[in-house]
Amino acid sequence: MQKFTKLTGVAAPMPIINVDTDMIIPKQFLKTIKRSGLGKNLFFEMRYDDKGAEKPDFVLNKPQYRKAEILVAGDNFGCGSSREHAPWAIMDFGIRCVISTSFADIFYNNCFKNGILPIKLAQADIDKLMDDANRGANATISVDLEAQEIRGPDGGVIKFEIDPFRKHCLLNGLDDIGLTLEKKSKIEDFEARRAQQSPWLAATGSR
Amino acid sequence: MATPSTLFDKIWQAHLVDRQEDGTCLLYIDRHLVHEVTSPQAFEGLRVTGRKVRKPEQTLAVADHNVPTKDRDKGIAEEESRIQVETLEANIKDFGVPYFPMSDIRQGVVHIVGPEQGFTLPGATIVCGDSHTATHGAFGSLAFGIGTSEVEHVLATQTLLQRPAKNMLIEVTGTLPQGVTAKDMALYIIGKIGTAGGTGHVIEYAGDAVVALSMEGRMTLCNMTIEGGARAGLIAPDQKTFDYLAGKPMAPKGANWEAAVMYWKTLKTDAGAHFDTIHRFKAEDIAPMVTWGTSPEDVVAITDVVPDPSSAHDEGKKAGMERALAYMGLKAGTPMTEIAIDHVFIGSCTNGRIEDLRAAAELAKGRKVAAGVQVLVVPGSGLVKEQAEAEGLDEIFIDAGFEWRDAGCSMCLAMNTDRLKPGERCASTSNRNFEGRQGRDSRTHLVSPAMAVAAAVTGKLTDVRKL
Repeated sequence: MQKFTKLTGVAAPMPIINVDTDMIIPKQFLKTIKRSGLGKNLFFEMRYDDKGAEKPDFVLNKPQYRKAEILVAGDNFGCGSSREHAPWAIMDFGIRCVISTSFADIFYNNCFKNGILPIKLAQADIDKLMDDANRGANATISVDLEAQEIRGPDGGVIKFEIDPFRKHCLLNGLDDIGLTLEKKSKIEDFEARRAQQSPWLAATGSR
Repeated sequence: MATPSTLFDKIWQAHLVDRQEDGTCLLYIDRHLVHEVTSPQAFEGLRVTGRKVRKPEQTLAVADHNVPTKDRDKGIAEEESRIQVETLEANIKDFGVPYFPMSDIRQGVVHIVGPEQGFTLPGATIVCGDSHTATHGAFGSLAFGIGTSEVEHVLATQTLLQRPAKNMLIEVTGTLPQGVTAKDMALYIIGKIGTAGGTGHVIEYAGDAVVALSMEGRMTLCNMTIEGGARAGLIAPDQKTFDYLAGKPMAPKGANWEAAVMYWKTLKTDAGAHFDTIHRFKAEDIAPMVTWGTSPEDVVAITDVVPDPSSAHDEGKKAGMERALAYMGLKAGTPMTEIAIDHVFIGSCTNGRIEDLRAAAELAKGRKVAAGVQVLVVPGSGLVKEQAEAEGLDEIFIDAGFEWRDAGCSMCLAMNTDRLKPGERCASTSNRNFEGRQGRDSRTHLVSPAMAVAAAVTGKLTDVRKL
């Protein structure tokens, strides 16, 4: 997984509540068997008309946001399905950090598996960053994961909270599976205990 | 005396492999359901790292999202869909995972297949790369949706890294009025708590109105939990649960069954256990519900009107409502019963079980589809289809002018060829009314199976109690 340490970039404003996973990446793009290449279809229906032409009013189609690396969004971002294609598409577009008052649980979790930093902030902070984001390429925002700080274009600092283990994994680009396999003996012990205590769970249709 | 625990706490504790100092837990996963859409990259990850599936016998795969619901003998016409199903078939062979192919009568929507095979069991942890995994909580199992990276993690280790969720109790007491179903209860609750109301929580549903639901109804209620923002919903198992599971092919047998039931009977929240959040509702307050917007929380009683965005309590919500009304092509103040529909979809992991089809058939009997309306009835599995045909339900639907199809996810998310055209409006028994969900610029109104039939035969959203 790609590390996340510091990021300075243009933030795109998306002041819409309940941006769901179908909006982020619609179903026709879930037929891929790869993780890559989804960025061009990010926010597909908001971004392109039914002929496939760009809608000029959509934020990521505006010249100043075409290379946005941060997204500032409304409440409950990423609600809906478990599709990891949503963070894959965001990452592939080039966005490494999403900032909102709240995220849906599965989406939030999926971000950390893909080197994307989701940041939860109070509404007042979101309002401030949304204003900054509206200033486009003239107003870059800096995110420092180690320090848990966001710096706006005018130098104001916003602190954010993050789970320490997730922070550690993101800072170091750690692979969860590798970490878990270091605990293999604990998994084996658990399975041995379970075979004693609830043998019906060991295999389906057990006698 | 131990501290009183919730049902969720008990299942969580019983599956702890390890707990790190920072509170991150390694949770053992008893059952893993796999489908074609969210698994290819996970299997590829195993291949690249030379890892195996740790417990193939605790894993079950089925293709459901991409499968056609008619002319199956011709295979899957759309190339990408076909490749995705073929990829699953190659993966299950390479990694030795049990699989129900499209030609198998046991094939169906993954969340219908699990319970009907007895793969789903009380007290078990169940995951799937699909947010509607919450369905299985109806059996008192801790079941939740995961992303593809986590699918790979479970395949490789049979565990997941998780932080404990908060406990939420939703109690519904009293008796559901006539014409009001588990689906209406689910939509009503989401309307009250909001689509992010359950974020960070596991919801336990309780109260006599919940206990009175059939297993099918409980599955519908738990299925919609994710639409209220919680990853998992639970109902304590009882005799109804055990009766449903007894004799199912993958359920325990003999002495194992006896021991299992004895344990399952202990799976309930202790008196005095702490819930972080509690909501209490009265069943009598619930009417047949219908959504008007593009989030499941955008819901009103069928007797109500399209709400006015100016009634919203904050600017974000107001903008959201305006956006939803523009997308849905609706005006505030319009009575819900004046909204004409073009399509009806009866099926999905929410409402594709035999009881749903029985409820639909009971109303469809002797009636005809309204002119210009297309109705798809898509059973949740091959076995549901077989049962429905044994009861003659298929003939009732066909006589009413409905289309009787093969099992799959179908028009719930329109990944196969069952989809709406731009601007078309559908009364749907599925779970999501998001923008574009049933096809680009499609308009979805979520309803119960009975309400879906009422819309089918009148051509507009209709109060089933007045049919």
